[in-house]
Amino acid sequence: MNENVLISLRNIAVDFDGERILHNINLDINDKEFVTLLGPSGCGKTTTLRIIGGFVEPTEGDVFFDGAKINDLPPYKRQVNTVFQRYALFPHLNVYENIEFGLKVHKVEEKERRVRVREMLDLVNLRGFERRSVNQLSGGQQQRVAIARALINHPRVLLLDEPLGALDLKLRKEMQVELKRIQKSLEITFIYVTHDQEEALTMSDQVVVMKDGVILQSGTPQDIYNEPANAFVADFIGESNIVDGIMLRDFLVEFAGREFECVDSGFDPKQRVDVVIRPEDIKVVPSIAGQIAGVVESVIFKGVHYEMIVDACGYKWMIHSTQAQEIGSMVGMEITPNDIHIMHKMEAE
Amino acid sequence: MYKNRAVSVPYLLWAVLFIVVPLGLVLYFALTTRQGAFTLDNLSRVGEYSSVIMSSIWLSVIATAICLLISYPLAFIMSRSTGNTQRTFMMLIMLPMWMNFLLRTYAWMTILEKNGLINQLLGKFGLGPLQMINTPGAVVLGMIYNYLPYMILPLYSTMIKIEKHLIEAAQDLGANTWVVLWRVVVPLSMPGITTGITMVFVPCISTFAISRMLGGGSSMLIGDLIELQFLGNTYNPNLGAAISLVLMVIILICMALMNMFDESEDKEAMLL
Repeated sequence: MNENVLISLRNIAVDFDGERILHNINLDINDKEFVTLLGPSGCGKTTTLRIIGGFVEPTEGDVFFDGAKINDLPPYKRQVNTVFQRYALFPHLNVYENIEFGLKVHKVEEKERRVRVREMLDLVNLRGFERRSVNQLSGGQQQRVAIARALINHPRVLLLDEPLGALDLKLRKEMQVELKRIQKSLEITFIYVTHDQEEALTMSDQVVVMKDGVILQSGTPQDIYNEPANAFVADFIGESNIVDGIMLRDFLVEFAGREFECVDSGFDPKQRVDVVIRPEDIKVVPSIAGQIAGVVESVIFKGVHYEMIVDACGYKWMIHSTQAQEIGSMVGMEITPNDIHIMHKMEAE
Repeated sequence: MYKNRAVSVPYLLWAVLFIVVPLGLVLYFALTTRQGAFTLDNLSRVGEYSSVIMSSIWLSVIATAICLLISYPLAFIMSRSTGNTQRTFMMLIMLPMWMNFLLRTYAWMTILEKNGLINQLLGKFGLGPLQMINTPGAVVLGMIYNYLPYMILPLYSTMIKIEKHLIEAAQDLGANTWVVLWRVVVPLSMPGITTGITMVFVPCISTFAISRMLGGGSSMLIGDLIELQFLGNTYNPNLGAAISLVLMVIILICMALMNMFDESEDKEAMLL
């Protein structure tokens, strides 16, 4: 085991009303890293977070914190604090009192409380909001109060449950940068739950992709994007074309009615596989020059690029290109071996 | 504001006939002699009964406090349990209220009597008999038993509005169960507490049936005193009206105090 591991989940399973919602979760979280649990709603990411926070007790398996087993430790004894999904600010307290709460509970002296709350207000840029009622704050400001309140006790780990879910796009982007800055400056571990793949890729050191209570893949954002473990991950992380293929032998795959060279090996001969190709990796060429030819069905302007759907060989191919083609025209498509990702078919769906 | 004023006419009529007119009558009787001449004698005579008034206030305060102590944890547990448990509790609390108030109090008489259920049971063990009925304690018991639901319900209804996340947030920040209760649940359930106290205190302080049935002659309350003036041999409706007036003023003062307490909470929150 890595010495840098702070939190370790071992064979965790959780039952809820007789239904298993987490299956055999094994996860190591390094100290001072930004780790994101990513997945569609109902995948078990929030439950995993609540296990670490102490609000859910695992049915099976163990939770280790800094080498010690903490399965039964109640939330108030853990060195972990949480930013809740809907902020959960105390409505009867003002901004200052909300942030101060954790210190009062730990019976910190008045003088020190004042200094530390001040520090936190500076950290989240809320100087001057001390006496405001939390109900008078905007979503973004409430968010900042929630972060400051959770950080006041100097936790070693901050858990964030879809903290930006209620904010508009521009504010989200701002808060993403800010959260990253806070994490870097405090040098603590952030465990972040989101269903937004872009958020996960831009902020994290480690991304954990979950689905139906199972971890599908865990790795750096680059790994996850470039080498998705299966078609689901590929589709969930960015957009992709997923087509059925057959592995003919190592480095040779057949799909869309012809053979392609690829860089994958180690499959059984004639094994049925998923072939994943990113829309930006398909090059549009004159129809005679391409490996596959098809008819352009639609073209949508997306700002940076055009998104085109091309009908070829029985599939609708999504292509991102900076140059638009005419609807109804024949185009060729070219795909280099490096951009063809071969994946095992997901079991029984 | 509302265009169709005709709709409110029946209610206005009702209010005038059954609230304003009777209040006016009380005021009139309180300030007149039996011959109809203006006097303040009735009001000044109320002072003679200050011990009755004080003991009424005292017993009502005790009953209200015990109601609050019993109801608060129960309401909290109820508000945090699953839907089915909540419904079961609710049923159990409401069930006695379907029975007539007097019947319930009679039942307590047979339980507490000298030859009642408890003393018979104690007798089997060679204990007692205890003097339970006709004591102030029995009156307080009757008040608690009859008015407990009026404390539980408002508490419960404010507590179910407290989000689970708020309690979790407090725990997350290091608060154990007691600190969560004291720093989060109590402040947030303040409206329920003040409503509950009002709803129990007011009927307690004006009750007469409970004190007569369970208290015997031992503890006369304001309610008994008023009843005596109208139905007893001391027939004196003018004095009765004056005592009623004083009782209303006492209740008004109590409610004003409660509201001040409530408002100062709000204002504090607003100012800070």
